[in-house]
Parts: sequence; structure tokens; C-alpha cells
Amino acid sequence: MKDFLNVLIGIASTPALLVALIAVIGLILQKKSTSNILLGGIKTFVGFLVLTGGAGIVQNSLTPFGEMFTHAFSVQGVVPNNEAIVALALTKYGTPTALIMLVGMIANILIARFTRFKYIYLTGHATLYMSCMIAVIMTVSGFTTVPLILLGGLILGMANALSPAILQPFMKSVTGTDEVALGHTGNFGYMISAVIGKFFGNKNHSTEDLKVPKGLSFLRDSTVAITITMGIIYIILAILAGQGYIETKLSDGTNFIIYSIQMAGTFAAGVFVILSGVRLILGEIIPAFKGISEKLVPNSKPALDCPIVFPYAPNAVLVGFFSSFIGGIVSMVIMIALHTIIVLPGVVPHFFCGATAGVFGNATGGRRGAIIGSFIHGIVISFMPIALMPVLGNLGFANSTFSDTDYGVVGLFLGGLGGAGGVVLITTGIFVVLAIMVILTVFKKKNVDPAVNK
Amino acid sequence: MKIAAVCGSGLGSSFMVEMNIKSILDQLGINQDDIEVTHFDMGSATPDSADHFFVGQDLAEATEKLGAEKVTVLKSIIDKNELKEKVVQYLQESGRMPK
Repeated sequence: MKDFLNVLIGIASTPALLVALIAVIGLILQKKSTSNILLGGIKTFVGFLVLTGGAGIVQNSLTPFGEMFTHAFSVQGVVPNNEAIVALALTKYGTPTALIMLVGMIANILIARFTRFKYIYLTGHATLYMSCMIAVIMTVSGFTTVPLILLGGLILGMANALSPAILQPFMKSVTGTDEVALGHTGNFGYMISAVIGKFFGNKNHSTEDLKVPKGLSFLRDSTVAITITMGIIYIILAILAGQGYIETKLSDGTNFIIYSIQMAGTFAAGVFVILSGVRLILGEIIPAFKGISEKLVPNSKPALDCPIVFPYAPNAVLVGFFSSFIGGIVSMVIMIALHTIIVLPGVVPHFFCGATAGVFGNATGGRRGAIIGSFIHGIVISFMPIALMPVLGNLGFANSTFSDTDYGVVGLFLGGLGGAGGVVLITTGIFVVLAIMVILTVFKKKNVDPAVNK
Repeated sequence: MKIAAVCGSGLGSSFMVEMNIKSILDQLGINQDDIEVTHFDMGSATPDSADHFFVGQDLAEATEKLGAEKVTVLKSIIDKNELKEKVVQYLQESGRMPK
């Protein structure tokens, strides 16, 4: 019995086995064949190891980056990249992340079943990354074991039902249907962009009437986009840090420019490996989640990843990216002037989130809405990480951080409460939000009932 | 036979299209023992990596490298009816389903 218990504890404290076990449970619940169950379990197991392998590669590139940056600017420089920071965090917080994700998916289903927030969050990588951030912040705030996992899962389930909900009125005007919602970690930023578009723009002058140059689709290839932008950043940094410093201290004699290009490629390679791992991890878990949620909550609305809105306004996608990226550059200049931590404009968050912000800004405020909305979005995702980093504990010093707005919203909610009143205040905060969700549900039902009676 | 959905990062949208293709194959009662459905990011997809690719309109331009005859472009990746129509069309063209 004691040995059996030790094996169980061993599995639970080995995140790779734990995620495999979650996948296996999902496959069993779907009544898959034994060979499929075995196959899926093994793939998920290896996926986690691939992901943590990628973390090592990213680390090899970020460590010299950090040293070059502090040498050149005397402040910390940060590359916002969700994959990089999650992979680094998972090497330490793998077990709570996996369990929070599991509880979070169950909480999401329960919330969708019993409240008016009928959204099932199917963007698996966003759920995984959010679980990871919640695991880190709540651990830093003093949570451990069962409360960490149950309350962490609860806040994840709530966030995953609420973030599509706040955007849904605007999502309807983008897609023209109420059947599908947006489930992405930038939802808060898209809402800001849509609201700005409403006040400052004019819906009738759509971005889609503009002629926009083609040939920028290479930016959709994240490996290429990351290598190019990181290459530019590294080379500028290398010149500022000085050839002598790099060749004596970091590159072991290799030419400083060649070294910079190699480091940029290493970062992109690390992200590539991490993404392969993420795909393997989610490959079995998400279809199970989808299948089970469809059975238990038949009237649910799927919340899907941000590129689903791109085809509705392809020009706004480009306008939004550039505008958001310029917002990132302006922010960086302000940070340099103010001598704060410097957040570099990450091409991936500005592309995916900036583009989506552009689509929403355009939906409410045409081209002016797209430009102003995504510009402000670009500023928000640059400054939010500075506020977020202190609540991440040691991970705040990792030279990479979470970029999208919803990480900031959830992270600052938890981190702010944790800083003010630790475990007690966070627990109270979570239940207050849950109570508000329940009250809103009761009120909606009351509003609906008279109509039904008529 | 291998069918792949493709999107920018190969994480969310393409995965969703993959799941939708699978459920369409289930609905149609197609024997899936030798049909593999998977998803890729735009950067990793090569002409050899699948027999046919499904991709959203916004990425159509980037799929030239895969060969026009191997790619089906979707006007909307959330429109299941459009997807079903185009999956059926592909299955008929490749002889997997009677016309």
C-alpha cells in the first residue's frame, strides 16, 4: 500500500506523467480503443518533455541577452513571449499547472452549465499558459497543495468564462453571429480597442476599403518573424554593448554580429520546440474537453482562438499589427527615458493581439478605430508586463514575460490581492467575483422570465 | 490519406478546423482507419507533409508553396457548413466518396 502511494505521489510530482494521465482519463471517458489510449498518453508524456527541452534552448539565448542588455543600458530588458516564459516556469511549476488546468476545465464546464456565462474556452494553449501563470502567482502569494489547485482552477474557469463574455457584444458585430465567441488571452485589450473605436472612429470608413500592400504574410510564419525581429534587437544590442565585451565575456571569441544572429536563431528555435511540445500536450486533452463539454453543456458557445476573426477584415489585421507595434516602440522609448525596466516590442504578441485589436477597432470605428484602438492596445501590452513582473516572484527576473492583456488582468487581480492580504484576500476576491457571476445569472433569469410567461 | 489544417501558429485555429474535419468525417460515416487528420503552423507545412491542406482565406497567399491543387481555402474557418461542403468535395475528387 505504501509503495502504491509512493507511485501515485511520484506520478503527481512528475508533470510529464501527470499530463499524460489527464490525457488518458480524457481518452477513457471518450471510450477510445486501448491502442489509442496508449498512443495518446505516450504522445502527451513526450510532449511535456519536448516543451521543457525547449525551455533550455530559450534559456541559452535569454541569459546572454540579459547580460548584454544590462551591460548596455544598466536596466533589465524583457522580451515578452508567452511560450518562453511558460516553458521556463513549467520546469518548476509543472505539477500545479497541470492540476490547475484540469480543475479549471472542470470549473469552466460547471460555470457554463449553471450560470449565464455559456462559454467553453477551447483555446488550449491559452488555458495551459494561464494555468501556469496562476500557479506561479498563487504559489508566490503563499498557497500550497489542495487550496492552490482548487482555487487556482476556480479562478481559471471563471476567467475562461468571463473573458469571452466581455467581448461578445463586439464579437457579434465582427462575425455577425452569436454562435461563436473569442477565447484568447488578449480579450481585454480587444475590448479596449473596440470601445476606443466606438468613441473615436467612424464605422462607415472601414479598413477594408483601403488598398493594402500584399506580401507581408511571411509575418504569419512565427519562426521567421521571431528570427528577424530578435535578430534586429540582438544586433542593435550587440553594437551598444560593444564588440570587446561580447567577444571576451560571452561569445568566446566568435564575432559579435555572428553571435547575435546565432542567439536570435536560438531563441526562435527554442520557441519552435516549445510549440511542438505544446501541440503534443494539447493534442489529446482538448478534443476530450470539447467532447465532454458538448455533452454536458449542449447550449454552450465555443470560445476560439483569435485568428478566427482575421478573415472578416484582412486589412485591419495588417493595420492593427503595425499600429500596435508602433505603440510598442513608443512605449519602449518612454521606458528608456524613464529608466524603468525596458519591455521590447515582441513581434508575436503585437502580431496576433495587435491584429485582433485592429479587427475589433475596425468593427466599431472603421480605419480610425483600428489605428487608434490597436495603438493604445500596443501601449497597454507594453506597460502591463512592468506591473505584472513583481508579482511573479523569481520569474520576474527571467528576461521574458507574459505579454497579452488578460495575463495582466488576472495576474494583477491575484497579485494585487496577494500583496495586500495574502491567501485570505485572494480567496475572498475569488469568491466575490464568483458571487457576482451568480447574481448576474439570477438577475438575467428574472429579466427573462416575464417574457416567457407572456 | 493525410489531411491537414494550417494556421499561423499551428496552435488554436488549425486545431479547431482539424477537430471539425474529424467530426464531419464521423457524420459522413467515412471509414477513418487510413485517414489521418492533423494540424500544422504555416512555417512547418511542406507539400509532402499532407495530401491535402485546409486553410483560412487570410492565409491563402502564404499557401502558394504548398501547390494550389493541394489546398482548399476556407472563406470562414468557423463556418461548419462551408467546411463540410469542401471536405465532401475533396473526398469526392480523391475518390473516397461516391459523387
